[in-house]
Amino acid sequence: MNKPARGSLLGIEHLEAKEILGLLTLARRMNPLKSRPLLRGKRIVLLFYEASTRTRSSFEFAAKSLGAMTTLVQSSGSSIEKGESILDTGYTLRGVGADCIVMRHPSAGAPHLMARHLDIPVINAGDGMHEHPSQALLDAVTILKHKKSFKGLQVAIIGDILHSRVARSACHLLTKFGVRVTLCGPPELVPDVAATLAPGLRVTRHIEDALRGTDVIMLLRVQEERLAGQKIHLQDYTTRYQMTAARLKLAKRDAIVMHPGPIIRGLELTAEVADSPQSMIRDEVHNGVPTRMAILARALGRAR
Amino acid sequence: MTRQENKTLLIKGGHLIDPAAKIDAPMDILLREGRVAEVALPNKIRGAADEKLDARGLIVAPGFIDLHVHLREPGQGYKETVATGTAAAAAGGFTSVCTMPNTAPVVDTPEWVAWLRHPERGAVVNVFPVAAATRASRGGTLTDFSALQRAGAVAVTDDGKPILDEEVMRMALRLGAELNFPVVQHAEDTRLTENCSMHSGPTSFRLGLRAAPASAEAAIVDRDATLAQQIRESRLHVAHLSTSDALKAVRRGKRAKARVTCEVTPHHFTLIDENVGEYNTHCKMNPPLRSSTDREAILVALADGTVDAIATDHAPHALHEKQVEFERAAFGITGLETALALAITKLHREHKIPLARIVELFSAGPARVFDLRGRGSLARGNFADVTIFDPKKRWTFDASKSRSLSRNSPFDGWQLTGKVVATVVGGKIVYRGD
Repeated sequence: MNKPARGSLLGIEHLEAKEILGLLTLARRMNPLKSRPLLRGKRIVLLFYEASTRTRSSFEFAAKSLGAMTTLVQSSGSSIEKGESILDTGYTLRGVGADCIVMRHPSAGAPHLMARHLDIPVINAGDGMHEHPSQALLDAVTILKHKKSFKGLQVAIIGDILHSRVARSACHLLTKFGVRVTLCGPPELVPDVAATLAPGLRVTRHIEDALRGTDVIMLLRVQEERLAGQKIHLQDYTTRYQMTAARLKLAKRDAIVMHPGPIIRGLELTAEVADSPQSMIRDEVHNGVPTRMAILARALGRAR
Repeated sequence: MTRQENKTLLIKGGHLIDPAAKIDAPMDILLREGRVAEVALPNKIRGAADEKLDARGLIVAPGFIDLHVHLREPGQGYKETVATGTAAAAAGGFTSVCTMPNTAPVVDTPEWVAWLRHPERGAVVNVFPVAAATRASRGGTLTDFSALQRAGAVAVTDDGKPILDEEVMRMALRLGAELNFPVVQHAEDTRLTENCSMHSGPTSFRLGLRAAPASAEAAIVDRDATLAQQIRESRLHVAHLSTSDALKAVRRGKRAKARVTCEVTPHHFTLIDENVGEYNTHCKMNPPLRSSTDREAILVALADGTVDAIATDHAPHALHEKQVEFERAAFGITGLETALALAITKLHREHKIPLARIVELFSAGPARVFDLRGRGSLARGNFADVTIFDPKKRWTFDASKSRSLSRNSPFDGWQLTGKVVATVVGGKIVYRGD
């Protein structure tokens, strides 16, 4: 077993603040409309073992905006269906000339396994309930477009944190810059142990408590498909934790609302909140492409 | 392997630790015809021996007994065989191993018990099969305990799975009580552990892995300890105990004079859940590595006598079963060749548990749990099973040189103290170290 190749991005947890800032700066310089063939001739494989709309299309556009070739490999319609192991798929893709693998997988740690056995960079595009580093980076880009800096910021993350790789990555990223993060939801979705994820995290069961004085509100979908037998009463959930226009008033006046998507209107948030001027949900998607351009440029050593 | 009759072996100059006989002193030992012929002060044994073993500077102990190994036969010879597994056992100082029945097929008939004990399997140490407690270990109908016992099984278990149904467990303990036959429980409330791949705590949360609560073990041990108190003469043995709360239940049973025993693995007294690190599948086993609080409770229980035996839960797997996504990886690690060294390194050197207690946990303790008569002590007339080790020798474990067919050990490359120098089974040297 080896160390992951330089340029790999497996998670936010083990990145240094300096590296994160470098990626954020680079992301701001990337413009998908003005193509720069930094990665001309490079082959990037999008290896998706799990459904994705935003992440997959934005990685693909990001790669193509930089002049790279891409190919999409999905579990259905490939040898994965025939029982090929993840490593054998990796060796095969390396064999056909991949320079980088962007990988989404339902099993936590799958990109780490791949990265330890391949000599090309592996980008984690979401692994199970573990991390989703490109989402955390694009969210950071979004926050910094609206807030001067991370200094003194207060962020509330509300919803299904237990099953959320987005929440884990966001917690790691924000706390590295001293942001005070409050996690909010019922114990089934926000267990007390969540506070141990990073220094400076706090758990509350009361949405009012989480919202008061906050600068950024990050909402998460209840991932019913991951609940695995655990029952959660959705009506109770909306009563206690749904983001409504009235509740939004508890936050700072210039607070922004974020959500990694897909959003379920009427569940974790109302349509009014989703479409309010404070909502940055579409802005986040938009920031996905330049952020992923930065990630790919760094991965393939063309970060200048 | 044919044993030469009348051959004598003199183990000379060593320091004998035989806790059951209350000996902790320099002694020479003469073995003859597969039995202990004489134990005497240094240089007091007269007459010539056919063979001599120089044990100067070494500890001589009753042969180690491992209550819990998976030798994978019948049916999974690509992971391990009786021959390779017992070779690893010999290298680890074990002279007897008790094999678990969760093979393919499950060892649930007297025929399979006899098959495991057949000389053709090529065992180099004693093999004591533990048979399935229920048919195919499905947790329903009990197996024929009496026939299994007559065929040579030393206990019953559905290891790998619990005997979950309380009524079935009660019947097993009752039947076991009639036959003086221990029932070994893999204590896991599987209703709480579905799809779980590690212990529930900060590490599982950080890694985003579905995780088993400690209570899934304690709940079953608690229930079974109560049953063992209710059913006179029943014998409950808790396999690979790993949590602080389960220990409390065992203590309660022991205080009530129920025949409740338990074993602990070297990995549970050495590692904790944090060691999973970044999805190291060599730290994935069932029961999982627990919290540091659980580990500390285990250390206390090893020292104070609550734990009856150290057992390895040696669980070999092929490379392709471990080099996969963490959640898909097989549960279990090998353990036969590192058990003693981990005990000396962690328990003796770090936590100051006396060597005599460690020897007891490897010999007299396990012999009592499964009632292995004539073993676990080197009293005159007992079986000539002897483990000789150097408690000070420093060495590095290299999994690629293991005698096991598999290499799935988290201790690969670890620097350890304490090494087996020779293993003697039935008066015959079956392993010589360097």
